[in-house]
Amino acid sequence: MTKTVTDVICPFCGTLCDDIEVVLSDDGKKILEVVNACAIGAQKFHHAMAEDRPKKPRMKQPDGTYKEVSYDEAVEYTAQMLANAKKPLLYGWSSTSCEADSIGNEITELCGGCVDNTAAVCHGTTLIALQDVGVPSCTLGEVRNRADRIIYWGCNPAHAHPRHMSRYSIFPRGFFTGKGSQSRKVIVVDPRVTDTAKLADYHYQVEQGRDYELLQAFRTALKGEWLPDTVAGIPKEKIYEGAEVMKSGRFGIIFFGMGVTQSLSKNHNIDAAICLTKELNTYTKFTIMPMRGHYNVTGHGEVLGWQYGFPYSVDISRGYARYNPGDTSTIDLLLRGEVDAFFSIATDPGAHFPIDAVRRISELPSVAVDPFITPTTEVSKLHVPVAFVGIEVGGNAYRMDNVPIDCRKVIDPPEGVLTDEQFLERVLKRIRELKGVK
Amino acid sequence: MTEYLIKNGFVFDPVLKLKGEKADVAIRDGKIVETTEVKKPKVIDASGMTVMAGGVEIHAHIAGPKVNSGRIFRPEDKLFNTVPVKKNMRAQGGFSIPTTYKTGYAYAQLGYTTAMEAAMPPLFARHVHEEMRDTPILDEGAYPVFGNNWFVLEYIKNREVENTAAYIAWLLRATKGYAVKSVNPGGTEAWGWGLNCLQVNDPVPYFDVTPDEITRGLIEANEYLGLPHSLHIHGNNLGNPGNYTTTLDTLKAASGQKAKNKFGRETILHHTHVQFHSYGGDKWANFESKAREIIDYINKHKNITADVGFVTLDETTTMTADGPFEYHLSQLNHLKWVNADVELETAAGVVPYVYSPDIFVCGVQWAIGLEIALLAKDPMRVFISTDHPNAGPFTRYPRILKWLMSAKAREEQIKAFKQSDKVVNSSEIAGIDRELDLYEVAAMTRAGPAKCLGLSHLYGSLKPGVDGDVAVYDFNPEKEHTPDQIEKAFSSVKYLFKRGEKIIDNHEIVSHGNKRTLWVDVKVNENLQVMRDIQEKFMKYYTVTLGNYEVHGRHFIPNPFALEVDATR
Amino acid sequence: MSTVTLVAKAKPQLFLEMESVTPDAFAGKKASDIAELPVYEGNTTLRLADFFEVRGDGGTTAADTKIVIKGDATRLKYVGMRMTAGEIEVEGSIDQYVGAWMEGGRIHVHGNTDAFTGVGMKGGEILIDGNAGNYLGAAYRGDWRGMQGGRIHVKGNAGSDIGYYMNGGTIVVEGDVDVHVGSHMDGGRIVIKGNAKSKVGGQMVTGEIFILGTLEVMMPGFIYRKDVDIEVEGVNGKFALFEGDTAERHPKKKGQTVYGRLYLKV
Ligand SMILES: [Zn+2]
Repeated sequence: MTKTVTDVICPFCGTLCDDIEVVLSDDGKKILEVVNACAIGAQKFHHAMAEDRPKKPRMKQPDGTYKEVSYDEAVEYTAQMLANAKKPLLYGWSSTSCEADSIGNEITELCGGCVDNTAAVCHGTTLIALQDVGVPSCTLGEVRNRADRIIYWGCNPAHAHPRHMSRYSIFPRGFFTGKGSQSRKVIVVDPRVTDTAKLADYHYQVEQGRDYELLQAFRTALKGEWLPDTVAGIPKEKIYEGAEVMKSGRFGIIFFGMGVTQSLSKNHNIDAAICLTKELNTYTKFTIMPMRGHYNVTGHGEVLGWQYGFPYSVDISRGYARYNPGDTSTIDLLLRGEVDAFFSIATDPGAHFPIDAVRRISELPSVAVDPFITPTTEVSKLHVPVAFVGIEVGGNAYRMDNVPIDCRKVIDPPEGVLTDEQFLERVLKRIRELKGVK
Repeated sequence: MTEYLIKNGFVFDPVLKLKGEKADVAIRDGKIVETTEVKKPKVIDASGMTVMAGGVEIHAHIAGPKVNSGRIFRPEDKLFNTVPVKKNMRAQGGFSIPTTYKTGYAYAQLGYTTAMEAAMPPLFARHVHEEMRDTPILDEGAYPVFGNNWFVLEYIKNREVENTAAYIAWLLRATKGYAVKSVNPGGTEAWGWGLNCLQVNDPVPYFDVTPDEITRGLIEANEYLGLPHSLHIHGNNLGNPGNYTTTLDTLKAASGQKAKNKFGRETILHHTHVQFHSYGGDKWANFESKAREIIDYINKHKNITADVGFVTLDETTTMTADGPFEYHLSQLNHLKWVNADVELETAAGVVPYVYSPDIFVCGVQWAIGLEIALLAKDPMRVFISTDHPNAGPFTRYPRILKWLMSAKAREEQIKAFKQSDKVVNSSEIAGIDRELDLYEVAAMTRAGPAKCLGLSHLYGSLKPGVDGDVAVYDFNPEKEHTPDQIEKAFSSVKYLFKRGEKIIDNHEIVSHGNKRTLWVDVKVNENLQVMRDIQEKFMKYYTVTLGNYEVHGRHFIPNPFALEVDATR
Repeated sequence: MSTVTLVAKAKPQLFLEMESVTPDAFAGKKASDIAELPVYEGNTTLRLADFFEVRGDGGTTAADTKIVIKGDATRLKYVGMRMTAGEIEVEGSIDQYVGAWMEGGRIHVHGNTDAFTGVGMKGGEILIDGNAGNYLGAAYRGDWRGMQGGRIHVKGNAGSDIGYYMNGGTIVVEGDVDVHVGSHMDGGRIVIKGNAKSKVGGQMVTGEIFILGTLEVMMPGFIYRKDVDIEVEGVNGKFALFEGDTAERHPKKKGQTVYGRLYLKV
């Protein structure tokens, strides 16, 4: 008899779908089928079954090859590296649990290092903007139950957050939105004709790098003020019309992604989008939400928030927390040569960072914690394989709207493989010994 | 466990009716015991010092999503406001919205050992619990918000008290919550459409029920269940000139009803931060105090309690489940605004605010808070709070004590206002010469809140049998003190014990203690109707599954302490 | 005025945090005491003497203390942070946060400065002979109260986000600037003698920005009002006056709406 686990949480993107059903083999050891998940999510679950997963830590040898070592040796290397560094950087944390994040923060504090998550390269700019002007937002259920104006700006959920539109925004029938998509108007702003744009009632093909101008133009149009004939390649009539569409709804939302957070103007784009949202509240109800990428990048930001007061890029080298992206942010720390050891976990900077930053990692003492072999593990001195969080071990995660959901364990990790938490606990214990603290 | 004998202090305890008499306090196995029951105690010499039970915070925003939004969106609140890692202590930061570690340490340093998070959005209960877990020392509980919850609105509209009660019982368990909180009843649901309910008879859009009906329905359900705490309300129309009439309307919902519970609670309605609800005038220009109208009503009605929400005249961060209020505030001060509407349940807003002594309205708000406390006749029913961080950070409690205990301190502050005459003319603070004594302070900060929370069997006094929560202040009540000496003495306890463990020794934190999470576990009759409603709403309207809603497990609640209530019939 | 000269003698492996290097901290101290002041390299606390030769004693007050930094200063952060009086002269280039949250006195950097120069500045003067990095005279993260007063003068170019949330004081850049000049500005004056790219005065409430060179793209919320003849920073000429940002809320003075002013040299 196969066994079905219900209410499983998908550890892929910030949509954090929690209605996945996983069918297991009789012995409960193999994932046979994944129901309800998107293709990418399902693939995550099946990936955990890969036969060639490393099951022991691997230490890089002088000739560039890897040698298997014990977890004890891995703990020792990691603890020594972190305890002896003047300013170690502990980066990642976005695809693991808040439990693990919390231990990581304590290690950083104890060692006097810097801790950062993947917001540093995606929605950090969003966080800067909300520190400047705030953010009127809501949970995704509010969108489902009330929203009749849906705006996707600089993001393509059809590819990056596949179930977002069907679960939360365009299609679902909610309490006050019984007609589903028929009751909604959809605006997409994107320089490209994406699959999401094809679903839109209005597609604004903004000029690359001119989102800030267009957002400010919408704000100007809302006030009925004068506009030049075109802004960001869009005729002013279209802008006045768009402003009218937004105003005339009962409940609207702007979802935005990396197309605006990492293009020219960065935080200023989001700042303007937030100000647009604020002003729409003088006419109707409007909200805005970042399309967070890694499934628990939000969670690491929350944990950092309550422990130190800042959501990412936190420098605790002097025993108290400081924050200022441009100084304390990972890419800047690496490129400027501010850190002398690099620890990464639950993300793959080797695949996502600028090449100069990756080169810098390869020059530093470094440890990569990841269930699989990745570009990051291949530039690190030590690779520590761990259990797959959200599949082989549970733990808390925060959805893109900050809703916390406790992920479930579905199967056991390969025998002998530690979880992130277990590994980090052992490193913490060893560092305490090295530093002589209780 | 170590036994302690705290000798020769001046003890203030409204439960034991000790008004500064010299007495010894003994602790064994985590509890207060008769002094004859300790064999080889460690002796703490408290001669010349003030001894009280550990403080009990009844209303503060210290854990959860909106508190953290406040932290995250105010890096400037931490700028030059941090404390590095020390022995026995984690890193700390923040002035108006301190980090969780700072929150625990700072309360302990003020002599507090228990604190209640005043508003928990049920869908975010995990977040609240994670933060409480990381707040050392304090026993904590959290109040889930009910006043705009769709289940509650529907059951109350249909006058189904049993269903309301069964749902409350279910939600308290699902969220591991402590009490029934209601914030701007109906108004926050209206905010889902950008609207509000300012008066108690304004119908909630679509749901067709009024704030008054919600309040009465929740009181009735609360007493039907016999919960430890009463309904805890933040009424409609907060913060607006002329709102005192709305407040009186809200308080009237309690008339004629009696408390039913086994926890020794005698009141049925707690109105929080009444300072924000005691405003006269009809615009900011003629803004004035109506503190007397409100406190007179509370003085006369013995089934009501209140906490004050003193304005401390600081730059702070406002945060509340009153979503429309925060929007309104951001339109007034043009500062950054966070809003977070929560599906089927509630909302929240966060806006920084500067209570400047140069601004007339801020001066009057300051006066109103003090008037309420100084005109209160029963200190067991009116409690000290700043609605942290709304009217100011809780770390200002010593300054509030200074103002309450010294007419001279108040006079100095009045003189320092830029629009001193206008403040004096719009309030009656200048004409009040009462100075509270420590017996009254002990009632307003310990015994009173503990009783109102249904926790007098654990906290609030030094009666044998209660928890060994004891604060020793380096303050000799028989000596004269300048206002600043009062503030200084209550800023840092000399010794603090939590459940018999020494937490602070000679002003230094020596232990994180073994904090507990308080929650209320209510047994009710099986209610198939409510269970069906829950299943249906999760299926159709929630974006999490019912199976992923309940909070449990050691990660969230490492050390649970459930108060059990049997409400089966 | 007494001069304390710091001569770099060793290079840190990482960067040094040097907020103890201010006339305020040096005042009333002998060279030997100054040498013992802490500097920080990551999590380690060291002495100024570990990296610098200290020559000369501090004056009796900050106002009569001058600090001269000789040698490589490109790995020094926070020099002159929160200083209230006196002088600092840096003979080469220096790293981030020079004169951050400065309240008075004068800093002269002969070379370049990195990001966050004069961040949160309240008063005093910063003169940079070379180029300045991003966030020159900007607000600290989240603070709506940016540069309040004082003067920053850059002889070379400056990066992006200069005068972010500026409320008062003056920033003059003789060369070119990157994007985002005076975002959210509400008071104060920015003068760009060279060229600007785009996003100038975005979300500006009040205050003045002058561009003597070219502007690639104008923000949509700026409306041309008229041409004016004025003198700014020693340059006389005809300027086209624009007002904005109309997307933003603006205060009223005597019934008239007050806008931010953007002057473009004609
Ligand atoms: Zn409150």
